[in-house]
Amino acid sequence: MTQGLIDPPKSSISGSAVRRGDQIFRGITVGSGLLILLVMTSIGIFLTWKALPSFSHNSSNFFTESQWFPDQDTPIFGIAALAFGTFVAAIIAMLLAMPTGIGTSLFITFYAPKKLAGVMAFFIDLLAAVPSIIFGLWGLQFLMPHSEGVARWLDRYLGFIPIFQNRTDLYTKSLLIAGIVLAIMILPTISAISREVFNQVPRSHVEAALALGATRWEMVRMAVLPFGRPGIISASMLGLGRALGETIAVALILSAVFEVNPHITEPGGNTFAANIALKWNEAGPNGLSALIASGLVLFLITLGVNSVARGIIARRKDFSGAQ
Amino acid sequence: MAKRIDVNNLNAFYGNFRAVADVSLTIEPRSVTAFIGPSGCGKSTVLRSLNRMHEVIPGARIEGSVELDGENIYGAGVDPVNVRRTIGMVFQRPNPFPTMSIQENVLAGIKLDTGRKSKTELAEIVERSLKGANLWNEVKDRLDRPGAGLSGGQQQRLCIARAIAVQPDVLLMDEPCSALDPISTIAIEDLIHELKNEYTIVIVTHNMQQAARVSSSTAFFNLAATGEPGRLVEINPTDQVFSAPHEKATEDYISGRFG
Amino acid sequence: MSTQLRGSILPKWFAVALAGLSIGSAVMIERTTSVAGVGGTITLAVLLYLVLQTTWSFTVEGRRHAIDRLFATLMYSSFVIAALPLATLIWTVVSKGIKELDMNFLSHSMRSVSPSKPGGGVYHALLGTLEQVGIATLIAVPIGILTALYLVEYARGGRLAKAISFFVDVMTGVPSIVAGLFIYTAFVLTFGFDRSGFAAALALTILMLPVIVRATEEMLKIVPADLREASLALGIPKWKTILRIVLPTAIGGIITGVMLAVARVAGETAPLLLTTFLSQSINQNPFAGPQAAIPTFIWDQISSATPASLDRAWAGALTLILLIMVFYGTAKLIARYYAPKA
Repeated sequence: MTQGLIDPPKSSISGSAVRRGDQIFRGITVGSGLLILLVMTSIGIFLTWKALPSFSHNSSNFFTESQWFPDQDTPIFGIAALAFGTFVAAIIAMLLAMPTGIGTSLFITFYAPKKLAGVMAFFIDLLAAVPSIIFGLWGLQFLMPHSEGVARWLDRYLGFIPIFQNRTDLYTKSLLIAGIVLAIMILPTISAISREVFNQVPRSHVEAALALGATRWEMVRMAVLPFGRPGIISASMLGLGRALGETIAVALILSAVFEVNPHITEPGGNTFAANIALKWNEAGPNGLSALIASGLVLFLITLGVNSVARGIIARRKDFSGAQ
Repeated sequence: MAKRIDVNNLNAFYGNFRAVADVSLTIEPRSVTAFIGPSGCGKSTVLRSLNRMHEVIPGARIEGSVELDGENIYGAGVDPVNVRRTIGMVFQRPNPFPTMSIQENVLAGIKLDTGRKSKTELAEIVERSLKGANLWNEVKDRLDRPGAGLSGGQQQRLCIARAIAVQPDVLLMDEPCSALDPISTIAIEDLIHELKNEYTIVIVTHNMQQAARVSSSTAFFNLAATGEPGRLVEINPTDQVFSAPHEKATEDYISGRFG
Repeated sequence: MSTQLRGSILPKWFAVALAGLSIGSAVMIERTTSVAGVGGTITLAVLLYLVLQTTWSFTVEGRRHAIDRLFATLMYSSFVIAALPLATLIWTVVSKGIKELDMNFLSHSMRSVSPSKPGGGVYHALLGTLEQVGIATLIAVPIGILTALYLVEYARGGRLAKAISFFVDVMTGVPSIVAGLFIYTAFVLTFGFDRSGFAAALALTILMLPVIVRATEEMLKIVPADLREASLALGIPKWKTILRIVLPTAIGGIITGVMLAVARVAGETAPLLLTTFLSQSINQNPFAGPQAAIPTFIWDQISSATPASLDRAWAGALTLILLIMVFYGTAKLIARYYAPKA
């Protein structure tokens, strides 16, 4: 009897019907996973494949040329101006959004009254829900007229520093303003992720610091910031990734000019993403190929930035956040 | 250095919930006072009220007064930062700062000081505090290693070293041994015996044998029922509490009839 | 008596008094010199406040408290700075969008409406957005959920799972315009289809997928292991356990995640610019011909840059925000409906 219970006929354990169902279902799930792998790898493959023709036609250096005439008889185009504008706008955005985003999340986590903190966090998170076209429209119609004064002030009082110097009398449609809009757009990313990290700071470390007679700021410096540093870094990297790839808001604000112009308060500048959106419908075959090539560069850059950010998060195993 | 504490009509609240009611007691300098009682009786809350750590929990507040050598730590113009500086605290779970080395952990409180200290002064403080916490011999060769790499008992002694590095008048210990193994517990208890020559020590413990071993006075807290505030039942010399308690409830508790 | 515990702490009214003083002086300076307008005055007042507070606190309370106050003020200000754009954005969109937004706007297309003349509406674009987002959801939801099932239920930590997980993470960071470029190169250039609403939907799918995978993963992870074990112990095969026990338990959270993904891609513009042609009239067929969507409608109206078209752009922006709010609201309702009942 007991023998039968412990060691039943083999067929009833390895019943093929049961296992087939499991195998099929497992197969379907694996297939979906593989599909995602396939899509991701084919992004790189397809972009490279369709970008290649433009390289052979280019009569200039793709990386150092700043002009963009891919459709003329002797095509001249390169990403120098695009790369410059992309990074300058993103760096301006980072410089503005990092302190503000981290300050905001420290405020919500450790300074604001507990009852209000939830509402405040929700309010900041709402920013992430606003589509970039609306940021663009608002940036163009509201922020740009209102931040002209800032640019004028920078030119007047800090104009001796070349980047703030303005040689025109126009202070709008500049990389500075694009950077400000980008800063607002990446702020919820930085704020949400660093808030999540700050919430994970063990209560016991906070109390240890306070019990040593630390003021609130000293507590933040002693217990919170060291613990949260990897999270803050990766939050900022993810924000940077978003700023580099943002298209529409930037396309609406910049007046696209293909030159490397370090004077950030002057109109001009261009970015990878904005240039693709603006030139797409007027591009000929080689123009499309050239735009795809610039898109490939953007893809690789954001891939690198995001991988580094993810790597930093992954080392923190208990930290699962960051969507 | 060591100071006397007078608690007068202390009531502690979490939001609208009164966790502790009408506690009045006196803690003598250079003595070890143990707080014992069943879970939820408010002994930890009273302890945290003694250095204004209770109020760092959102919604928590107290009424009444706590006097340190006659000066109310809840009085107007008193800076909680100074209070906590004067009255150090060791927590239930060892909590060295994970990103700091052993040495940096010991100096964490010192570094808050305004005046700059020379390297030799700092080294002296590290050595004195670690010796004071009976940890020096075990870690003197690896002061720049992470504090989190030590064993639980060593971590707890590191936390004690961190607390005494700033030379407080009083040392509060909130169940300092409950997360430790028996051998580490004995090491901490030995340490408490030595520390009482210099500090006023208040220790919360679940372990009645521990209270009997380390303390000279014992305060027994109890609560009438769940949801009721905790109250002080009696505070007396430890020998007396364990041999001939004044109150029936104390006797029931220490004889293991409840709790 | 010892005064060791006493710090000279500044009284509570000090902050209010200081704020008044700073604003007052800033206004005075603004009147007498030429600081740039309201923004400049506010900035000046904040700076004055910071300087005055720090010096005052430094002399009375000491260095540590001065620094503590300085940083506390900085954190308060950074929250205000962060909240300000959203507040003005909502205000501008609502106040400017409400002018044109009416039933006429919602029920008409832009067919034979001159860009410089008022009139016309967003109906064709609303229809396009709903169709494109709907198709994207239909494709992304099964793939996303199945992938998450693989990651959580079958391959906890295997090599393939790690690769997939990494790519899902990376996919989250793919710029939306790159998604559009990819669909264009693959679907249009390589396979020879036309640009269409469906192509746009495919680009949106790529943007939705990682969000759905992550949301589903999170939900599956919090399904208690006991439930799975209880079912498996009854001899129910694993796939039936997953379909009948695990998924129904997590379904509320998964639907919420899907709605959030929908809300996120509904406002995407860049990929649509590359994969569709903009239509001014109603096209119900997402598989052929040009098809508009609300974001590209707004883009088009901004590009026309006439007063009438800008009014339409703002009304379109308000429509889009309301639509996204409907998605978010639905997500919240679903989350509440499925929330564990106490």
